[in-house]
Amino acid sequence: MLDEIRPALIITRREIRDQLRDWRIILPITVLTLVFPFLANFTTQRILGFVEKYGANIIAVRFIPFLLMIVGFFPISISLVIALESFAGETERRSIEPLLSSPLTDGQIYLGKLLACVLIPLVAAYLGMTVYLIGIYRSTSWRPEPTFLVLIIVLTAVQALVMVSGAVVISSQTTSVRAANLLASFIIIPVALLIQIESVMMLWADYHVLWWAVLAQIVLVVLLVRMGINHLNREELLGQEIDALNLHWMWKVFRAQFIGSAHSIWDWYRREIPSTLHRLLIPIGWMTILLIAVTYAGAAQVKELGLSPGTFGLDRLKSVDAQILNQLGQYGFFSTSNVLTIWWHNLRAVSIAAMLGSFTLGVAGVLILMLPMGIIGFFTGAASLTGLNPLTVLAAFTLPHGLFEIPAIILSGAAILQVGASFVTAHQRQSIGEGLMSSIADWAKITLALVIPLFLGAAILEVFISPQVMVRLLGGG
Amino acid sequence: MIQTENLSKKFNDFLAVNQVSLEVKSGEVLALLGPNGAGKTTTLRMLTSVLRPTMGWARVAGYDVVTHAAEVRASVGILTEQHGLYGRMTAVEYLDFFGQIYHMAAVTRRMRTDELLEQYGLGGERKRKIGEYSKGMRQKLALARALYHNPPVLLMDEPTSAMDPESARLVRDAIHGLRSANRAIIICTHNLAEAEELADKIAIIQRGRIIISGEVEELKTKLLGAPQFELRLGTSIDGLNVTLPDAVTLTGQGSDWIRYQTDNPMLANPQVIQSLVHQSIPVVGLSKVARSLENVYLQAINVVEGNKQISEKDERASSGGETQHAG
Repeated sequence: MLDEIRPALIITRREIRDQLRDWRIILPITVLTLVFPFLANFTTQRILGFVEKYGANIIAVRFIPFLLMIVGFFPISISLVIALESFAGETERRSIEPLLSSPLTDGQIYLGKLLACVLIPLVAAYLGMTVYLIGIYRSTSWRPEPTFLVLIIVLTAVQALVMVSGAVVISSQTTSVRAANLLASFIIIPVALLIQIESVMMLWADYHVLWWAVLAQIVLVVLLVRMGINHLNREELLGQEIDALNLHWMWKVFRAQFIGSAHSIWDWYRREIPSTLHRLLIPIGWMTILLIAVTYAGAAQVKELGLSPGTFGLDRLKSVDAQILNQLGQYGFFSTSNVLTIWWHNLRAVSIAAMLGSFTLGVAGVLILMLPMGIIGFFTGAASLTGLNPLTVLAAFTLPHGLFEIPAIILSGAAILQVGASFVTAHQRQSIGEGLMSSIADWAKITLALVIPLFLGAAILEVFISPQVMVRLLGGG
Repeated sequence: MIQTENLSKKFNDFLAVNQVSLEVKSGEVLALLGPNGAGKTTTLRMLTSVLRPTMGWARVAGYDVVTHAAEVRASVGILTEQHGLYGRMTAVEYLDFFGQIYHMAAVTRRMRTDELLEQYGLGGERKRKIGEYSKGMRQKLALARALYHNPPVLLMDEPTSAMDPESARLVRDAIHGLRSANRAIIICTHNLAEAEELADKIAIIQRGRIIISGEVEELKTKLLGAPQFELRLGTSIDGLNVTLPDAVTLTGQGSDWIRYQTDNPMLANPQVIQSLVHQSIPVVGLSKVARSLENVYLQAINVVEGNKQISEKDERASSGGETQHAG
């Protein structure tokens, strides 16, 4: 393990030495480390004096830790600039090529650079926080709780890692620092939002939520590091596809994966769709587990929230009878147009899920698709409080259209997960671009061949059959 | 030492290198010639295990470039077209950095640094930042980096570009020395005179494909015909009917010179001289007509271009014919 890391540290040492010789990095870091904490200190004292006049001590108490986080954040924001320069800059100047031609592995080059980008800003951040804390202690005697101090130290480090690992992914998609800087807004905007949310949590003093934020960022770092190592490889950096959007080639890869070796639509259904499903077996498994888990979690929330049986008026489910069918008929529920409305709604939902999933590594897409099952689980749990059998309620809500709709959701989610995974998975025989295009083609294939027809079948059943089944199951038949 | 068979590399739908087969033994220098974008750099990158071949295989220093990439990279010294030096480092720091990467001991690194900096005339510049170096000095430092770990295989892209004549001579001498030290060397260059001087073998690559390869003299014969010789005569031959043996072909003549071509100079040259002496024409001198690698290169490229144009014309004609037929 140490033998693996040692070569990476050679790169780290070289880069840190390089940074220490660059006044454009040293000057802002020095200012942010030594001057900014004093400024923050001064501001805190002014605010303390101001709020104390109105007896709003709580604001003062919350403001001190909030500024501690900000004092730490400013120096680490420089790590983003260093990372863009270190990765995109080296690619642009081609000084990365001798490194790529050396016996170092892709992972060692990545790790060496990652550490180099994080270390100086992080040391500067901790120094700045120390300066700030000493100043605050001298003026107000405020001392942080040890657990809070650990939280701030970890949070600052994780934020730096998020920015640097994100910068690597961006840098690997460009061949110049200029282009990388333009793409950096993909990091700056989400991190700015994150800091705002964390600031609210700080002022709220909801520190345990911040631990969840740390955990979420660690997961994000793991994903970004995986993406970075996959993208920062010799083939991708020195290949010709970088910076060139070759639509003809993209279409060719998509078409080849979409049609495969099929000669007719029947042949496509018979040979290509089963092989695509075979490729999606693992994500299908994950989606199934996730849907079961979210349904259970939805039901469990009822207990968690301590709801009473009458909260949602679900006791009325006991009195469901055939009359409800008449009412639905009067509202025009049993109509072809309603079938189309439900079908269209479902297609729109999976399209949005696919769109959101495409730039969130599949996560947002899957969350959207999980949501209805969570709600069904929740209502099933709530209905069971009224004495109804939860399985009966679940069946009443989902049968028989669910037999079509749930598989469609699983398949769609699996294909979206596969697209997201293609960013973070190393392909032995394919470039990242090829992997991505192939997974998009798989998604299109599954959507066209299975998801759309399954949703149509589900919509027909939901309009014409499901209400009858619901009435029968809930005892009103 | 370097062996490739049908080595190919495809970037998306662009075939950058197409079925390249090469062999370079220890103590041999191969010059890879070709126009810009012909696939020379991509070939070198595959031989350094930086790019993975799409098809075919290559072995460098006994290691497969795909399965033993780390060993290949440890055995190769590469001089890239763009040097990729770190401007804020000194030459000593720079070489030492790469020495550490190649797991060289500190003492060895110090000795090697001194030796190479002195060899390339950079000894006096060791404390200066690389950013302040001239283009030629940078090229020499990049070469020193490529040689630093004493690799058995050297791949050099434009080794003397941007160098003054004196420095270029220094580098060429170094390459001669490395050949004598049994290194296998591939150089990519546009400097054909340099290639002719350094290379034992030449390979001309165009659109990713080796169009011709072999020893320099062999290629000259193949593309420019048999060697030519020129005789300087002691008297004017204007108005005389000079006859030459059947083994040679007269290619030109002036009032006091004759130029001829022969496949077998060992046999034909004495016969020609003897024949002229019999005809009472004194021979003052005999010399081989110099034929440059440039002629070979241009001839090879022209032949390929010509063939390409002919095949395109044929294709157009046949598709036109088909259209007419269909109509």
